[in-house]
Parts: sequence; structure tokens; C-alpha cells
Amino acid sequence: MRPFEDVVAEYGATVLRVCRAVVGPVDAEDAWSETFLSALRAYPDLPADANVEAWLVTIAHRRAVDVGRARSRRPVPTDTLPERPAAHADPAARDPDLWAALQLLPTKQRQALAYHHIAGLPFAEIAELLDNSPDAARRAAADGLKTLRKHYREDESA
Amino acid sequence: MTINLFDALSADEATTLPRLHERLERDADTADVLDVAYRTIDTPVGTLLLAATTAGLVRVAYDIEDHDAVLAGLADRISPRVLRAPARLDSAAGQIDEYFAKRRTVFEVPVDLRLAEGFRRNVIEHLRDIGYGRRESYAAVAAAIGHPRAVRAVGTACAHNPLPVVIPCHRVVRSDGSTGQYVGGPLAKSTLLDLEAA
Repeated sequence: MRPFEDVVAEYGATVLRVCRAVVGPVDAEDAWSETFLSALRAYPDLPADANVEAWLVTIAHRRAVDVGRARSRRPVPTDTLPERPAAHADPAARDPDLWAALQLLPTKQRQALAYHHIAGLPFAEIAELLDNSPDAARRAAADGLKTLRKHYREDESA
Repeated sequence: MTINLFDALSADEATTLPRLHERLERDADTADVLDVAYRTIDTPVGTLLLAATTAGLVRVAYDIEDHDAVLAGLADRISPRVLRAPARLDSAAGQIDEYFAKRRTVFEVPVDLRLAEGFRRNVIEHLRDIGYGRRESYAAVAAAIGHPRAVRAVGTACAHNPLPVVIPCHRVVRSDGSTGQYVGGPLAKSTLLDLEAA
């Protein structure tokens, strides 16, 4: 079995992008930290032939749901971007339109979009995470991408 | 298109990921799931890999042993919960720095000798008693542990010392006075012997 450090090095960036897309820039770091701590705990029992990236995204999905629940219990509005500590660069400041556009999407569309287009998971596996069918997962990702492009046109000039 | 679309999600990764890694190191240690922590240090005998379990320093490895291979071996033999986490190695790294600066002659760090078993363990335990600046022949070590004819096996045990530098297998030399072989290469061995003789 590979040292867990190799797993962090190989997938840390992808999991961060997935967390940011799904829960937004503020909660993403908690979601990332909880994902990799949970993964480290369970790592010795991971089957040798497991798809490590899909396994991490599954954990991130559950952690993100937890983080989202915790946030929804907090007495703060969820439709505005809270301020981040000044000590850290704010990723949302680089491109507020993308964050705003992602936030406008229904949760399942945002999740399907992130798991497929950022993590590269097949729709069959995404359907298991979202508790729907592969077709529904595919539609959610497609609808999400369409809406995102309508509200966020940066990429068309790229 | 899609890759461009999500560029903003990764723009600051170069600073964010190291910060998150540090947080993971702390969280893993607190949660008691950091089975093997490691770091590297630069020394006059090259870059050394230091690895520790919760019990103590478990491995010191030279560059020529291939650090990636050593870490893969630790994942197999101890636990795959291996993270680059320097904090647990602060004391060992500091003492090794002092040793090379000639400000330390004895290492005082907890050691975990689980990688040396049976006969090899007996040899390793004896090596800890060979003091700074002293030399002992392979034959003398064999005699000291009660196996006077196992001279060659003593050499093999030294070559598999999991904690070179800290456990001084470099102080074991040939009966004719020549330095003999070493896990870190003959140059590293003579560097350590010269350092201690100076």
C-alpha cells in the first residue's frame, strides 16, 4: 500500500477544487481537512484495487454534507459570501462571478457538476452518491453546466 | 472549456495546499492516526530521511537507500498511515544537527527498534554501547553478543541497521583497521569516523 502522503500529494488539489465548488470557498477548507483526516483513519482498510479518487470524493461528499448542515444551523445568511480571514488570500476575490454562479445552482447540480467535470467520476458512481439514477446525474451535470455558462461567461473568451 | 471554467477554484493552490497539509499533520497527530511521521534533513553526509512512530525514532535513511523506497517499506511493515510531518522529528533533527556541529556525543531520543528483530536486534542493542569516538571490530562485536563465529552476520546486521548515525554502526570496523562497508557508503562512514576523531 502506498504511503498516505502520496495520496495527499496526488489528489489534494482535486479534492480542494471539488470542495470549493460544492460548499464554497469559506467552508471548503474545513471540508478538505475533514475529508483527508477521515481518509487517513480508514486508509489501512481500503481494498488494494479501490479507485482512490472516487473513494476520496465519496468521503468529501459526506463531509461536505456535514459541513453544509453545520452551516445551515448557524444564524448567518447563506446567500451572501462571508468575509474570510485577511491573513489568507481569498480565492473568491479572484473571480466572484464564478462563486456567485455556482451558488445559484441547485445543490445536486453543483455536486454532479463537480464530481463529473472536476473529479472525473462516471455518472454511475455519482448516482450512488446523489441517490438518483445515472441518467438523472448526467442531466443534473448538464443542466448545471448550462446554467453556469449562462451566468458566468468568462470561459467563452478563454 | 470546462477546465478553463473552473480555473478560479485552483488559482491559489500553491499557498493553500501547504497550509492545509500542516493542518492535517496536526489533526492526524491529535486524532492518534499519524502512525509514521517523517521529514528530511541536510547533513554533511547528504540528505537524511528521519521517520518516527508514536513510540520513537524508527528509521534513519541515507539518500542512496532511496527515500521513496524506504517510505514504501515503512508503509508495508508498519502502517500506510505515513505523512510528512516534521514536528514529531524536531528533537531528533536538532540532535543530529548538534552531532554534526560537534556539540553532541550522545543521542537522547526515544527509539523504536521494531525493524530489527532476533539476532540483528541483539547486534543493534550492542552497538548502542559503543561510545563516541571509539571503534570496535566486527569480530569483537560478534564475541560481545556471544556469537564469536558470526562475524559475517554482524556485518549484515550493521548493514541493516534501521537507525544509522543515531545507532553507531559506523563505529564497527575491520580487524585490520580499515573502515569496511557501510549502509551510507564508505565515504559517509569515514566522514563520521573523522568527525568523531577530530
